[in-house]
Amino acid sequence: MIWREAALVAGKDLRIEARARVALGQILPFGLIVILLFAFALDPDRGLLARVAPGLFWVAVLLANLLATGRAFAIETHHGARDGLRLAGLDGGAIFLGKAGAIAAQLLGLELVLGTGVVVLYGVEVHGALVVVLTAVAATVGMAATGTLYGVLAAGLRLRETLLPLLLLPVLAPVMLGATRAFEDGLEGAPGDAWPWVAMLALFAALYTAIGVLAFGALWEEAA
Amino acid sequence: MSQVVRLRSVVALLGRFPALAGLDLDVDAGEIVLVTGPNGAGKTTLLRLLAGLVPPYSGEASVRGYDLVTDRRRARVGTALVGHETYCYDDLTAEENIRFFARASGRDDAAAVRAVLGRVALDGAAGVPHRGLSAGQRRRLALAVALVREPELLLLDEPHAGLDATGREVVAEAVAAAPGEGRTVVMVSHELEVARPMATREVRVDGGRVVPSTVAPTDEPPVTPPAAPLATDAPQAVTP
Repeated sequence: MIWREAALVAGKDLRIEARARVALGQILPFGLIVILLFAFALDPDRGLLARVAPGLFWVAVLLANLLATGRAFAIETHHGARDGLRLAGLDGGAIFLGKAGAIAAQLLGLELVLGTGVVVLYGVEVHGALVVVLTAVAATVGMAATGTLYGVLAAGLRLRETLLPLLLLPVLAPVMLGATRAFEDGLEGAPGDAWPWVAMLALFAALYTAIGVLAFGALWEEAA
Repeated sequence: MSQVVRLRSVVALLGRFPALAGLDLDVDAGEIVLVTGPNGAGKTTLLRLLAGLVPPYSGEASVRGYDLVTDRRRARVGTALVGHETYCYDDLTAEENIRFFARASGRDDAAAVRAVLGRVALDGAAGVPHRGLSAGQRRRLALAVALVREPELLLLDEPHAGLDATGREVVAEAVAAAPGEGRTVVMVSHELEVARPMATREVRVDGGRVVPSTVAPTDEPPVTPPAAPLATDAPQAVTP
């Protein structure tokens, strides 16, 4: 039941994004611009670019996550759509999973494009593809779950656009750290060193997903 | 006769302001209740409370036997509200909006979606995004979203506002058919000449309470014979 409702919400959010093209027309170009700007800024030292590539990649994804999260809740503010979801009697946990799932899907698509850009622009070589992929999935799920949870906290507030980054960025610091370290190990040919970081990211994602499923319903009611 | 709405001394707050101040109301199954009153009387808050969108601050409130505090989600499932907003998504078409809310209510029936589109005279605009619909079409879409969920309690907030003749016919048909479809209607309207003939009972709300009506009740019969015996035209008992 909860998965059916979650799939319904995720499908709705992704369909709206496909129509509105905010992810494609704004969030993706934003991420690419961030990567490009760093490439221009550090161009004289191509070795440095390769070394800092994991951190730059995840900074770009983190900023894109802020945009995607804000957008996921902005679509519920027009025409009382948030009340519509409440009236439909959907489970709060299902709404959380659906929204987080849609954000994660958009971020994974973005990471694929940004990752290609990093490899091409920064001259990065991927030695541990499995570590890179698992890191990306775990970190993305953690970011999406945390973003959705804090997104609903800020949703009912007048200053939500500026408040969301203030709330979210400190909480996502461990994800930034873990994902960057795991990527460094995966790219530099020492994937064995990355597993503790991948495990930490998976734990973070599981923890925030569980909290979200349990708490989102009450927060959703309060935000309205 | 089963009771669909039971409110006892209900207080509901909008911010710190008591929009409902000790309101009592009973509505039986099959009734079509018209709620009247001046602006700021608490009529819209009453509907939002019955829809489970505004929690009661104090008092007893239940819809279809489900307490609006402890069992709000189950109370919502059989209730639909057509309010000032459409509750729809701009980037989804009329049909997609209806289908989404039908599925959200556990009714994944394409034929029902098409039927309700026809019922609100939107079959020609099924593929038009919400943002491309006129104000009147949006009101009809909101009604379609409510009807496709097959609610036992239909709440209508100013259902005639901004509607042309077609829209008014659609609303009249939906209200008239409600008792036969096992549906109870609570309707707020300022357009008394249109709404009164549809109602089986009129309730006047002022200052967040049900008060004795100062308007002579209509002698006109309802549009269709309701499933329930006609209730008295007199208003509900005034809260002591």
